[in-house]
Amino acid sequence: MTMEKDELEHRLNINRRKFLSKLSLGIGSIALGSLLIPDLFSGGADADSDFIAGLPNFAPKAKRIIYLFQDGAPSQLESFDYKPKLREMMGQELPASVRGSQILTGMTAQQKSFPLIGSYYDFKQYGESRTWISDLFPHIGGIADDICMINSIYTEAINHDPALTFFQTGAQQGNRPSMGSWVSYGLGSENKNLPAFTVLLSKGKGNGQGVYSKLWSNGFLDSIHQGVQFSSSENPVLYLNDQPGIDRRDRRKMLDKLAELNDISYKEFNDPEISAKVQQYEMAYRMQAAVPEIMDVSKESDDIVKMYGPDCLVPGTYAANCLLARKLSESGVRFVQLYHQGWDQHSNLPMEMAGQAKDVDQASAALVTDLKQRGLLDETLVIWGGEFGRTNFSQGKLEKANYGRDHHPRCFSIWMAGGGIKPGIVYGQSDEFGYNIVKDPVHVHDFHATILNQLGLDHTKLTFKSQGRRYRLTDVAGNVVKGIIA
Amino acid sequence: MRRKLYLLWILCAGCIAAMFNACSNTASNIEDQTPDTISYNFNIRPILSDKCYKCHGPDASKRQANLRLDMPESAFKALKDNPNAHVLVPGSPDLSELFRRISTSDTSEMMPPANSNLKRLTPHEVDLIKKWIKQGAKYEKHWAFVAPKLWPVPEVKDKDWVKNPIDNFILHKQEQYGLKPNPEADKEHLLKRVSLDLTGLPPTIEMQDKFLADKSPDAYNKIVDELMKSPAYGEKMALHWMDVARYADSHGYQDDNYRTQWPWRDWVIHAYNTNVPYDKFISWQLAGDLMPNPTKEQLLATGFNRNHKITEEGGVIDEEYRVAYVTDRTNTFGKALLGVTLECAHCHDHKFDPFSQKEYYQVFSFFNSVKEAGLQSTVGGPETYAKRPMMQVTNDDVKGILNFINKQDTGKLIVSIMGDSDAYRKTYILKRGNYDSHGDEVEPGTPKAILPFDNRLPKNRLGLSEWLFDKRNPLTARVFVNQTWQELFGKGILKSSGDFGMQGDLPSHPELLDWLSVDFMNHGWDMKRLVKQMVTSATYRQSAVITKDKVKLDPDNALLSRGPRYRLPAELVRDLVLASSGLLNKTIGGPSVNPYQPPGLWENATSGRGILASYKQVHGPDLYRRGMYTLIKRTVPPVEMAIFDASNRDQCEVKRLRTNTPLQALLMENDPTVLEAARVLAAKLLKDNSQTKDKITKAFRLIMSRLPNEQEMAILNGYYADQLKSLSKKDAQKVISVGEYPIPQDIDKVMLAAMMKTVDTIYNLEEAITKT
Repeated sequence: MTMEKDELEHRLNINRRKFLSKLSLGIGSIALGSLLIPDLFSGGADADSDFIAGLPNFAPKAKRIIYLFQDGAPSQLESFDYKPKLREMMGQELPASVRGSQILTGMTAQQKSFPLIGSYYDFKQYGESRTWISDLFPHIGGIADDICMINSIYTEAINHDPALTFFQTGAQQGNRPSMGSWVSYGLGSENKNLPAFTVLLSKGKGNGQGVYSKLWSNGFLDSIHQGVQFSSSENPVLYLNDQPGIDRRDRRKMLDKLAELNDISYKEFNDPEISAKVQQYEMAYRMQAAVPEIMDVSKESDDIVKMYGPDCLVPGTYAANCLLARKLSESGVRFVQLYHQGWDQHSNLPMEMAGQAKDVDQASAALVTDLKQRGLLDETLVIWGGEFGRTNFSQGKLEKANYGRDHHPRCFSIWMAGGGIKPGIVYGQSDEFGYNIVKDPVHVHDFHATILNQLGLDHTKLTFKSQGRRYRLTDVAGNVVKGIIA
Repeated sequence: MRRKLYLLWILCAGCIAAMFNACSNTASNIEDQTPDTISYNFNIRPILSDKCYKCHGPDASKRQANLRLDMPESAFKALKDNPNAHVLVPGSPDLSELFRRISTSDTSEMMPPANSNLKRLTPHEVDLIKKWIKQGAKYEKHWAFVAPKLWPVPEVKDKDWVKNPIDNFILHKQEQYGLKPNPEADKEHLLKRVSLDLTGLPPTIEMQDKFLADKSPDAYNKIVDELMKSPAYGEKMALHWMDVARYADSHGYQDDNYRTQWPWRDWVIHAYNTNVPYDKFISWQLAGDLMPNPTKEQLLATGFNRNHKITEEGGVIDEEYRVAYVTDRTNTFGKALLGVTLECAHCHDHKFDPFSQKEYYQVFSFFNSVKEAGLQSTVGGPETYAKRPMMQVTNDDVKGILNFINKQDTGKLIVSIMGDSDAYRKTYILKRGNYDSHGDEVEPGTPKAILPFDNRLPKNRLGLSEWLFDKRNPLTARVFVNQTWQELFGKGILKSSGDFGMQGDLPSHPELLDWLSVDFMNHGWDMKRLVKQMVTSATYRQSAVITKDKVKLDPDNALLSRGPRYRLPAELVRDLVLASSGLLNKTIGGPSVNPYQPPGLWENATSGRGILASYKQVHGPDLYRRGMYTLIKRTVPPVEMAIFDASNRDQCEVKRLRTNTPLQALLMENDPTVLEAARVLAAKLLKDNSQTKDKITKAFRLIMSRLPNEQEMAILNGYYADQLKSLSKKDAQKVISVGEYPIPQDIDKVMLAAMMKTVDTIYNLEEAITKT
């Protein structure tokens, strides 16, 4: 009888695996994902699937990613792309030959004049790499030799929603899996008590554009790969806390009763979904213990607090989220996605940007340094950047200390650190107007291909078949940027 | 006898049968068998489409070696660079280059090429192709592009089992494989299943008692009729249509402010409840505005094509977004009504299906003359809650022709609808799908492979909807029948319900799908009749128990030898909790509402503009509306729905995922909606003048729709007794302090908390939120 039961169990598991793959969820989308029942899927992908999820294609350099997304598009011209020419030509018209056929947004398309405007802030060279960085970001200047500055990234979208969606999902139109979901699908989790893909939000002081939960959606992948938002509220993960008056022992007692009762219907129906459900409740129970432990920063040393800045003790700030990102990453979370909002400076740029920089400068640098000190930077890739850049001409009225910049997709700056990326280099170059790329352009697809490459994933092989088509994060394009790989 | 049956089968089902007739009953799995007669459609095309068409298929721009394998004319020709060799030589696999290339181990010659993303063919697939060539390499038109036929209803051995022709088709195939259907589900499980499927609500205890007591042979049919008469029927049916129609209560894109499109949703519920035939249901939605002297109801129905996202971002280029809206309508038309991935031809010729990019823009042109703007207005007040073209729903309308709209105040109410400009807008192929790269001009038309557009039809949406309901159209009926089947049986006869093309799955019962489709058309596209046909079949009524032999032979339940057992969709999880506790507010329609939601979700992710920047929770009875009335803000869809796989309504969806995650467990454990329902039900039970066991039994019946067995009762009763002993007054007070529904003054707090936790345990059972 036991033998029979065992064999039934085995067949049921195969059944479940097959069932899922046929439902176009794909075993791939489940295998070794973060929140699953390990032994149920230990057989790996079946013959039909294109990709053996959970296994890199080649030796990875990075195991984890922390993406510090600067939502709203920070100006590259006041941060990392030094253009003295713009100061020299302050107020002069942008030459038509430079602008070319560039499409402008509806906000400046009607403008009759496009007066160039130089950075209100001075730039200095930092480190042995002599990387130019503006005075707004002295701490990032301090880690200049640890980062790879890319001044030649470009995108195709000129509005926030499609541009953000493009960076996060590899397509402008939405409904595709987020980068973090792809990574969770591709590599699974290192920690069975935490989700593989977590999301942290913070608000800036500047003009905001909002973020959307569709940005961390699993799209057509299994919802196990959905980004799980960790928040600074009382409930760090939605519905994590038990109702007051119910303690851990009570919950255990209830779960034991639930398991007994579920087992009765399992005996009747033999439906593997029933045992899967029981295991999901157990996973939830473990998360209830693991997450608060992660969220607790009280045990961090004074040095660490000092390094990230006092804000890191204020939940929900960018600094607190950077510290949390380190802790999550250290615990094996594959992909930590931060968003800092408020970077959309169509006007009042000098002042707003100073506030934004103050929010992020110290903590961003501290995160890199912290990881380095712990010996984790080699295996953790940190990325810093927005969804597009900003125009070299002023939007609206130009005053030296008060001006705005419109959206600019043709070139902007992003930096990366760790994860097998060359430290202390500047890659790519824009023209002297900071308008067009003159050397080593990096498209969004190239950016994605490179990130996956660092994780040991071939971007052309990390595919998922949905609606009859094999999808990739990089759609049908993308080349690994070899020049930035250590 | 067996041989005779076999011949009969071949005669009546032709090639379709080929796939199945070679079974041997001892085989381990129905999918691994090589049939005696190879069918191009069922055995070969899926392989070629998946592994070869990418470079040797319909897309002219990616075609290699000037060879296409989807067309026999090309495939039988001599090779371009070697006129002595042929790709396919009927009868001779060894002379066929195709067979040589897929079976060689020489990496320079093998196909698919070693450096492509495509996997090599499995030995089984190579075998099938070999046998197909041997048998003459006969091509067939793709099954889904041939109009469905009314196949003869097959004979079965066990005639007594059959309730209607569906069962003949299902049982016939089972008998071929030596499978027997499961016995009918017991009455309790069956009632829960059909009640949830037809109304989205669990049966009341009165209904359970009545059905259990009714020993007449038509007891089940009576209950089906009763359920279909309930106004909740329309709500349940409309739920799937909301996904298809990407209905939401916000405009989408970055500011994502409020819109008032809900009167259209009220119309859909009304249409299902009054059993508007499917052809009328769709024609009105597609072209109600173009009907002669359209009524306001017909105009309202066209809101379907304005449910897409509309931007309110100041800086956009108008034409880019206008084109995006037309694109959305075109793609929705393809997926929802034709069940094909037309959207793949947006940027280039379709890579797998015979749809050219030109044909895409021919369909596009039907939706391209709408009097609309890409950006009509930025975030603003009520005047921005609909976008031109729009209609106003007046107070007189809701007393008259639009009396199904639940308009709750006398304020101005506007809805976005369709309306074409007087001048026809020229349509061009958009190169690579870019809104500003015009290619050749195109005329309105439809994909020829499906059915050429009859030039006598008006070249507008009215003509398009006539084309859709032409009985020669091979897809319209099949697609809807299949989606209906999917919603009742958990998966479609064709599992890829959004893709009937070459890359889609193959139907498990092609003749049944055809038969139902033709029958549906022949009976006036009667939707209620179709649903009733399905739920009264013996196939549907089977028990869901999975037995050992069936796991072996048919792990997927492709042969439907057991009943459906699936977790409920998101909205129905909520409905079940509210209905069983007695909290459910049964109001139909009206503006969507904001029930409990964890704080900060909207506030942390907003541009700060518009009335949806912060979440304003409702109070009182509005807290207890059905799940389908929870307000959907596209950029932050309701989290209790998202966790249970609801669509985010970004685009048309015809099938939801069904996942099982720890976040679902946390939600069921700690969502105030569930906890409050447990408390309210517990309070009611305690008021009853009854024994503890009776109280638990009642809760169990309300939530699980069946009586608990002894073992279950013992566990729950023990748990209650334990809680009664161990709960402190202080903890009890904390436990019951959830939700806004008042707690009776005179109640014992510890008893209430203990009973609440017992009820809550029942809510958390796997079976509670599962269709059994």
